[in-house]
Amino acid sequence: QEPQASGLPEYIKIVEVGPRDGLQNEKVIVPTDIKIELINRLSKTGLPAVEVTSFVSSKWVPQMADHKEVMRGIERHPGVQYPVLTPNLRGFHAAIAAGATEVSVFGAASESFSKMNINCSIEESIEKFEEVAKSARNMNIPVRGYVSCALGCPYEGNIIPVKVAEVSKRLYSIGCYEISLGDTIGVGTPGSMKKMLEAVMKEIPVSALAVHCHDTYGQALANILTAIQMGVSVVDSSVSGLGGCPYAKGATGNVATEDVIYMLNGLGINTGVNLYSVMEAGNFICTALNKKTNSKVAQASFSTATI
Amino acid sequence: NVVPTPVKINLINMLSETGLQVIEATSFVSPKWVPQMADHTEVMQGIRKVPGISYPVLTPNLKGFQAAVEAGAKEVSIFGAASELFTRKNINCSIEESLERFHEVMAAARAANIPVRGYVSCVLGCPYEGKISAAKVAEVSKKMYSMGCYEISLGDTIGVGTPGSMRDMLSVVMQEVPVGALAVHCHDTYGQALANILVALQMGVSVVDASVAGLGGCPYAQGASGNVATEDLVYMLNGLGIHTGVDLPKLMDTGTFICNALSRRTNSKVSQASCRL
Repeated sequence: QEPQASGLPEYIKIVEVGPRDGLQNEKVIVPTDIKIELINRLSKTGLPAVEVTSFVSSKWVPQMADHKEVMRGIERHPGVQYPVLTPNLRGFHAAIAAGATEVSVFGAASESFSKMNINCSIEESIEKFEEVAKSARNMNIPVRGYVSCALGCPYEGNIIPVKVAEVSKRLYSIGCYEISLGDTIGVGTPGSMKKMLEAVMKEIPVSALAVHCHDTYGQALANILTAIQMGVSVVDSSVSGLGGCPYAKGATGNVATEDVIYMLNGLGINTGVNLYSVMEAGNFICTALNKKTNSKVAQASFSTATI
Repeated sequence: NVVPTPVKINLINMLSETGLQVIEATSFVSPKWVPQMADHTEVMQGIRKVPGISYPVLTPNLKGFQAAVEAGAKEVSIFGAASELFTRKNINCSIEESLERFHEVMAAARAANIPVRGYVSCVLGCPYEGKISAAKVAEVSKKMYSMGCYEISLGDTIGVGTPGSMRDMLSVVMQEVPVGALAVHCHDTYGQALANILVALQMGVSVVDASVAGLGGCPYAQGASGNVATEDLVYMLNGLGIHTGVDLPKLMDTGTFICNALSRRTNSKVSQASCRL
């Protein structure tokens, strides 16, 4: 396999968001020790980054109420990043006190979504993040920026690419080292992904971009393929496809890490990740949650009948 | 579970209203082998044949072909494979022997002015042989094309293919068969179908097989999915600005109908997502 021959990156960094984004959108409250066990298992798979938890008020996100305990309880493997969400300065300080060495902030390309989600305008939210970014810079803590609704919004519908580029540029300019573009409701297609990335890449170097695709309409892998064909080399995914879509009851959300790795392996792209060990971690968490995996690779692999 | 004939007929009639131009109706194979298709004659005779829509049927041999034509079929399909072991296990002969059998069908079809579509199974992997060489796929495709098949549908039978293996396989096959005569038939068993189809489209393929509601599991991996869902495919093509002529809401209604009739959930993510918001 020659990824370079087809213009694809040689290496793709996978950011595993299962323990945070995934569990946050699962109905069952997961015990702290299970969360820690999941993260420890993921740390051994070769994944370079595992999003651990969110330092947000437990009033808003009960699933993440044990953020301190989780942060303090996990094994920290060398060479693995453990980012946490910090929606404001208060959360940032709590995260640092608990041992965090990388943080993330969440903006949106839709005013309505920003209002409904965090009760303020996009600009107001970025002002808050700027405070976090300033403190983070003083402490040498890298900050990752997320842009939600990059390919569509549950309230506004269509989102224009220029708006995504504008918000991304704002986040990049306050000091985020990477901008993860999220198709929050999974409505994007290779067509809209291409248009959005073309607009964003005019403002931000492609090496600072990541895609965070949801598989709600089954488009995630095709969208990710499109993004990597355009030079994106960082992809967010969630073990077992943990985390449904809060906007479409019963529908799926995050793309499954196993399915992404399977595709990248087939393309000859290096990820450093051992697919089988990710499947095992997925099996662990699905058993603990008493649910079926959302990963097709896991379903097919664990159920191949003896021929 | 064997689906009642009226349900099959209604399904096909509903599909005929969605803008789809080709609907594979049934298979003229012995009911001993495929009980589900035992009512092939009744189905063929019972469906409303909308002008402009093609209703191809599978015909594994001359006997099936003759029965198909008598039942009103105007297009037929034959199935080859890029794997010797798969052919042996499936129809108990070698690839070469299977193609020999089709010579009779081709001759009869030519005489009756009936177009024949050729399928090649296991193009990206085989449940028995594992890896399949692109050269082998090209060889079988070329043979079927030279025999007179107007189109060759390349099937990732167990869904193991990825955009990488799809690209490799197509670049070799396209040296032997013009891309205008190629189709892809991707299975979604490993979730790769839409990405594989995207790559095929990027290489010039313009015919794609899919199954409403993603009907049809994988017989080689119990509980795993099989066919890619037509709804999810159309959603992607719409987003790419590619014209298909298909009315997605009508298609989703058809998927809902057949899933209710079968008392099962849809395999289409578009369908799953759309019903709730």
